[in-house]
Amino acid sequence: MSTTETVAGAAGEASQKGMPQLNFATWPNQVFWLLVALVILYIVMTKIAMPRIASVLAERKGKITGDLAAAEELKSKAKAAEKAYNLALEQARVEAAKIIVATKAEIQKDLNAAMADADAQIAAKAAESEKRIAEIRAGAEQAVGEVARDTAGALVAALGGTADDAAIAAAVAVRLKG
Amino acid sequence: MADEAGGLVIDPMHQFQIHPLFGEGPLTWYTPTNQTLWLGIAVVVISILMLIGSAPRKVIPGRTQSITELLYTFIHDMVEEVTGHEGAKFFPYLMVLFTFIVTSNLLGLIPGSFAPTSHIAVTAVLALMVFLTVTLVGFYKKGIGFLGMFWVSSAPLVLRPILALIELISYFVRPLSHSIRLGGNIMAGHAVMKVFAGFAGVMGLASIVPIAAIAAIYGLELLVAVVQAYVFTILTCVYLRDAVGEAHH
Repeated sequence: MSTTETVAGAAGEASQKGMPQLNFATWPNQVFWLLVALVILYIVMTKIAMPRIASVLAERKGKITGDLAAAEELKSKAKAAEKAYNLALEQARVEAAKIIVATKAEIQKDLNAAMADADAQIAAKAAESEKRIAEIRAGAEQAVGEVARDTAGALVAALGGTADDAAIAAAVAVRLKG
Repeated sequence: MADEAGGLVIDPMHQFQIHPLFGEGPLTWYTPTNQTLWLGIAVVVISILMLIGSAPRKVIPGRTQSITELLYTFIHDMVEEVTGHEGAKFFPYLMVLFTFIVTSNLLGLIPGSFAPTSHIAVTAVLALMVFLTVTLVGFYKKGIGFLGMFWVSSAPLVLRPILALIELISYFVRPLSHSIRLGGNIMAGHAVMKVFAGFAGVMGLASIVPIAAIAAIYGLELLVAVVQAYVFTILTCVYLRDAVGEAHH
């Protein structure tokens, strides 16, 4: 140890003039403490700091990838939902069109039936009316004949003639036809 | 440093003196020195940053967590790009290297502080560790084929022995340039600021000029502190590629 001291002492005196960097007496001391510092730093880095940072970075990377994948999945899900919606809409349209057609046909059927019914009723009523008109007409012709015979008989009697009913009836009948 | 009135005595190297932290005793290999103190401060600062920054483990990082993650991904990408996939196992080593150098450089810019990286002993150890790692891993991984990097197969056969000699010399000069580049930059910057500070001490009112110069150089030194740490780390990656990656000559 005493030799180290004398060397260091002598070097210390010399170092007052030259560059302290080239005072080799201080080198063992510098090297020793530098190695201590580097070893401590290496331990701090490798044992604590770097594994932590690496795990955080890996975690972040994983999270980003996971989130992106989830977003992709949700996007595809949304697309599928949209497709399903469109499909349902299309089906509903077709269904609605079918219902419209069916309803129209049904209504047409009902309408036709009702029309036929009404036509039949109208025809029946018309036939009945015609019959009645015919009856009335027949009755009226008969009444006209009677009135004409009565009137003709009365006229003949008033004019002083005598006429048998048969002759009057024949004459009236001829007139009525004319 | 105007020690005597009237005389301009500038001792820009005085700031790099290493002296025992406690008392005036002789300097043995384990004596805590002012350099030990600032090495310790750097270790504490880095440890606190890395521990606090990595503690929250939030998916959306806060500020401190962002800094540590930025450091981590910055060095990680550098290793991946420069050294290749094989270099991943050196990642913690490079992380220590970069954080230590950049923190020491920046702490050294605090007035009155001490920059361990301004000492060739420190940078030489850092560079020699890289040199030894590259050499040992290179021979371990590639065996005798590691020497193939000195034999430039794309050059004409006549030139190859000469190139091999040049490559060999440049290989052994690497730790020297690697360490002196960092140490020299930091030392020079600090020395220049000290010189200007010495001028400022004796120039009276005109000392505004050297003070402005110090401010400008300080900004430059901030840049140098970060850039030199980056250069040291990326050169380490480049050297490591010789050991683990495919040949690129």
